[in-house]
Amino acid sequence: MATTEASSETAHEDHGHDHDHPAFLAHHFDTPEQQFDSGKLGIWLFLVTEVLFFSGMFCAYAMFRALRPDVFEGCSQFLNTKLGAINTGVLLFSSLTMAWAVRCAQTEDHKTLTGMLAATLSCAMVFLGVKAIEYSHKWGMGLLPAGLFFYDPNNQHPTAEQLELIGFGSFGVSFLQNALFYICAPFAIGLIGVVIWLVVSLVNGRKFQVAVAKPLTVVFVFFFVGVGLGRILESGESHDSHDSHAVAHVDGHDAHQAGDHASDQHAGDAHAADSHSTDPPAGDHDSHGSPVEDGGELAVLERLAAEKTNTGLQDDLAARQRQSAVASGAIVHSDEITSTIETVPEEVLTPSRAGVFFSIYYCMTGVHAIHIIGGIIVLIWLLVRSVRQDFNRQYFGPVDYVGLYWHLVDLIWIYLFPLLYLIR
Amino acid sequence: MSAHGHSDDGHDFAHPMPIPVLLAVFVALTILTIITVAQSNFSFGGIDVIIVMVIATIKATLVAAFFMHLAYDKPFNQLLFVGSFVFVGLFVIFTIGDSQMTSGDFIPVDDAVPAVVESAPMAGAE
Repeated sequence: MATTEASSETAHEDHGHDHDHPAFLAHHFDTPEQQFDSGKLGIWLFLVTEVLFFSGMFCAYAMFRALRPDVFEGCSQFLNTKLGAINTGVLLFSSLTMAWAVRCAQTEDHKTLTGMLAATLSCAMVFLGVKAIEYSHKWGMGLLPAGLFFYDPNNQHPTAEQLELIGFGSFGVSFLQNALFYICAPFAIGLIGVVIWLVVSLVNGRKFQVAVAKPLTVVFVFFFVGVGLGRILESGESHDSHDSHAVAHVDGHDAHQAGDHASDQHAGDAHAADSHSTDPPAGDHDSHGSPVEDGGELAVLERLAAEKTNTGLQDDLAARQRQSAVASGAIVHSDEITSTIETVPEEVLTPSRAGVFFSIYYCMTGVHAIHIIGGIIVLIWLLVRSVRQDFNRQYFGPVDYVGLYWHLVDLIWIYLFPLLYLIR
Repeated sequence: MSAHGHSDDGHDFAHPMPIPVLLAVFVALTILTIITVAQSNFSFGGIDVIIVMVIATIKATLVAAFFMHLAYDKPFNQLLFVGSFVFVGLFVIFTIGDSQMTSGDFIPVDDAVPAVVESAPMAGAE
């Protein structure tokens, strides 16, 4: 549209014939309506290519989910439903303000149009801010695409040395541990730039630039509002995992082992359980393991086993609870043994299987986020033009086209959110 | 082309959406989002995915029809957009059908790699 507009302007200046038409009407169109309809057909065709483009990823999702529904169910537990729901609401609201903006362009309500575009942009920034929290949180824990995946339920926040041991370079380690900083840096630079621009144009008294820079400053601030919002919501969720992390260290398990911790821990605790079970009949209860200490140990185990991925600990907890039941005189049927090889659920959180889920997750949400960023760039262009009051009831095409694109991005998220976050 | 050469001023082709309609659609979308989050707390067995997809499709239809003005758009544009989903359906159905007929689970399993790396020096020492 930029070229159309530019050519119409130059045509308007130096066209010699008696073809009096408004500045916004390109020369090769008869009427504004024809120009609008052509543009609309074009954007619909573009949206069709977008739908088909995304369908490739939805197809990959459907294929791998049909193959291994358990992997998707297990890995979906790592996605914070609260954050996803908030982002859905934010995106729906941005769709509302965008549709409202189209209406304002049609009714030539320039002030409200600028406000609505700024609101849409702010919502887009909040979305990205929350996304930054989600991504950085997962990257630090090693919930990465297949090939990079190194998540370990017993050591959720590996140290720099452990990461280097896994095989990351020094930059990779710094990126994984300070992911939020690296994601926020471009937006912080953008915010600083816009503020400097605002101050300079305020000092020089450039009214138009001030009118553009003001809403843009608000828009960039809203990215950090999104980061704050995501932080608040995420902190409630990750509280338990931090605790269990600390307890795991207190328990004295070597976090350097790259192998399966669950089974190691299981074996180690099984020994402990043995000593418990053999000793009490021989000696007195009070001298060896006081009931209080046992209870505390069980509570710790319960908290560790609350982590759904810790299947080994869950088995161990069941065994210990059985044991304390026996110790207190309860009759336990021996045919309750359930840990046969057939009934052991297959481990879902292995690097290749969980990695495939996270590959699909990052691909779909990442490409979606790239579309959000693209939308932000185009919306900024619209914002500048709306401050310039370019749009009127005969020429509102650009706002309408960008609006259609924005709604499509929202539409894709409407499907992404339940398919990724709400699997159970 | 010149057959359509009517006056620009007397003819308005914009159809501004009334604000109440926009707000009503937004409220409906929000309620549907709450429903879809709430239903994920209950298990409906195998039809979970179907429920979720039906709700998402209702939401998508609302967005397309009112926010995207598709309900008031030209029939050709409607045909284009809705038609694209027909092709998406064909694509997904054929691909999934094919993948299920050709192989069971084709995710390459490389989970044994770290264990091998760890045990290799031990094997050498022995």
